[in-house]
Amino acid sequence: MLHLPLEPQQIQRVKTLAREIAAQVQDFIDLHSSDSSERTVLRLYGVDGVTEDGVPLPNRLVELLRESRLIESGVSRAFAAAMIKTGLGASETAQALHEGTIRFSELKSIPADLVINKEKELCQRAISLLDRSRKVKREKAQKFGNPSYPWRYLIVASGNIFEDRTQARSAAFSGADVIAVIRSTAQSLLDYIPFGATTEGFGGTYATQENFRIMRSALDEVSQDLKRYVRLTNYSSGLCMAEIAACAAIEDLDMLLNDSMYGILFRDINMKRTFVDQYFSRMICGRAKIVINTGEDNYLTTSDAIDKAYTVTASQLINEAMGHNALLSDDLLGLGHAFEINPKIKNQLLYEVSHAQLARQLFPSAPLKYMPATKHKSTDIFFSHVMDTLFNLVTIATKQGIHLAGMATEAIHTPLMQDRYKSLANTNYVFNAAADFGSEFQIRPDGFIAKRAQQVLDEAEACLIKVHEVGLMQAISEGQFADTYRSKDGGKGLSGVFAKAIDYSNPILAQIKAEGMME
Amino acid sequence: MSDNLIKPYGDTLNDGVVQLSFTLPIEASARARKAAEAYVAKLNFEEISVAHYKKIADGFTYFVVYARAIPVLDYNHIQAQEVESKGMDYYEINKQIAEKFGRKLNVVGATIGTDAHTVGIDAIMNMKGWDGNYGLERYSEMNAYNMGAQIPSETLLAKAIEVKADAILVSQTVTQKDSHIRNFTEFMELVEAENLRKNFILLIGGPRITNEMAIEMGYDAGFGPGTKPSNVAEYILTRLMEKQGLSR
Repeated sequence: MLHLPLEPQQIQRVKTLAREIAAQVQDFIDLHSSDSSERTVLRLYGVDGVTEDGVPLPNRLVELLRESRLIESGVSRAFAAAMIKTGLGASETAQALHEGTIRFSELKSIPADLVINKEKELCQRAISLLDRSRKVKREKAQKFGNPSYPWRYLIVASGNIFEDRTQARSAAFSGADVIAVIRSTAQSLLDYIPFGATTEGFGGTYATQENFRIMRSALDEVSQDLKRYVRLTNYSSGLCMAEIAACAAIEDLDMLLNDSMYGILFRDINMKRTFVDQYFSRMICGRAKIVINTGEDNYLTTSDAIDKAYTVTASQLINEAMGHNALLSDDLLGLGHAFEINPKIKNQLLYEVSHAQLARQLFPSAPLKYMPATKHKSTDIFFSHVMDTLFNLVTIATKQGIHLAGMATEAIHTPLMQDRYKSLANTNYVFNAAADFGSEFQIRPDGFIAKRAQQVLDEAEACLIKVHEVGLMQAISEGQFADTYRSKDGGKGLSGVFAKAIDYSNPILAQIKAEGMME
Repeated sequence: MSDNLIKPYGDTLNDGVVQLSFTLPIEASARARKAAEAYVAKLNFEEISVAHYKKIADGFTYFVVYARAIPVLDYNHIQAQEVESKGMDYYEINKQIAEKFGRKLNVVGATIGTDAHTVGIDAIMNMKGWDGNYGLERYSEMNAYNMGAQIPSETLLAKAIEVKADAILVSQTVTQKDSHIRNFTEFMELVEAENLRKNFILLIGGPRITNEMAIEMGYDAGFGPGTKPSNVAEYILTRLMEKQGLSR
């Protein structure tokens, strides 16, 4: 069996470093909330829809709460009080607040015990939504048949959810286990979730709750036909991490791209905002059993895939530690990495095997998310197809969990239906032809692969020691990750972060925390 | 000038052999195969052979076809404007800049509009460059400013004015619904509206960009896949020398 001779003590050391780095950030997170986290509470309490100007009601209500200078206490109790006042449901109460027939500032007379009871009732509704989603997914996997790892992950991205549905059916037919609907390029920077079914997007399709529902329902039909549960992925990144997680849980999505640092580094979103939002989003994912996919592949497209391989390992360790803090079980940690080494480098394949096997051994129970070559893909589609063959071989040999199928036309266009078919035909062939490859070979303890993995782990440890010394926020502002410098108070979304008042309340978060990791 | 008639080459001159692969929105069947043959015949091919066909989804069939193209082309009538390159390297370019200008050249680059892809602009500008070819940030005789992705046209132009840019690099990766054309056009219109066109060398780049396309839209040059940072640096150097009437 493929096995690197890593020292258990060193693995312990890097995990402890990462845990302590995450704990420092957690101290900050626990004292803060954000506008989008509050909007998430409203969504889980049943607030949906938009105003006549197209503003989502959760956004409108949080704005009103800010205007009333009550945001620091959180929206939960204020909204519970509003519901008592109207005696109506969540949507009708939201509408009344929007129209100004009742105001957050005029609810002080409502007795505290009534408010707390109402809040409990709302929280129960929220938690039961998450619990229902967890159970529904488990039942569907049992009923339709749960594919074994590596799951074949295919992207659709037409901009039109109905066209995406056709593409997704075709990909599932050719063997896809997971369908990801790529988002429209600018969505991560929107401080709201667009509403309804959408047919226009750039480089992708908007993530909306209705689009989630349309695609999940199509995949349920496909799963029934193919007798294999086909999973659905979207993006919980950007300025609405936790809100997207809530919508995804409500619509029974299976996976979300969710990284503790991606937005900061690659979308210039403020780090405080990101840390606060990723925590709540992951608490939701843990409770609803949504697998997260982290974005370490991005380090290798921005920086050199050999020189900066250690940043992937360091970031995986931090993502794991922050995931554990948010009660994500190991089977939900789709830690990311990628096959991005220049194909002209001698022994490129050995480097890739080394890096992939290192990730496999550091996180033995995580369904690692392995990404194909993109940066060095050629416009000669036949060459690119061959590169993907080697990528497929590394996946199966090192037992990766989630395999993002590479496209021969990566450097040319958004995949055509036939591009996905050819990619899957290649993947299916290699996964079958080399099914037990990893069990049959051993890694020479003194050879290139073992030495290389040891070097990456040593560099990752050195990096974590530096980060540990100054703290993660400072380390990011010093450009420790992806050669990108982000200041603590720079980037988008900081104005939506606030310190919790002494009477702050978010009972959803409190209950998930109190009840611990889900089986 | 005599005609220079050409056809695709398979293994014999003028055999016209072409390989095609495509998908038709019909169920795989003998009839579907006939349909593929008939369709390729309409494209002006003969001796059509459907080498492979397979169902790839309900109602969709994928084909691999070989056929011989009927039309011939007179190559003498074909002209193209390629970006000229002498293949100067990093050292030569820096040396020439120092000699000819006696100052550092200022270059600003960004991916404009909603396009979030930095892969192209990073490959050309980031210190590391790609494929062993240093990026513009590394050039000792250049001040290179990579603004990243999702930069509004106005912000890019403002930066170019601020740093007295000699050249502006505009990158676009997303081409869905021709968003790249719209963005390039918008940027050019902005530069022209400000009456600044003559102040800058304006370059575009991306996986679907050709030099002709760039010139058509009023840019100095366009760089497609496989472009190395030194190709862009050399172009900036030689174009600036031309503009300033310096000899090569």
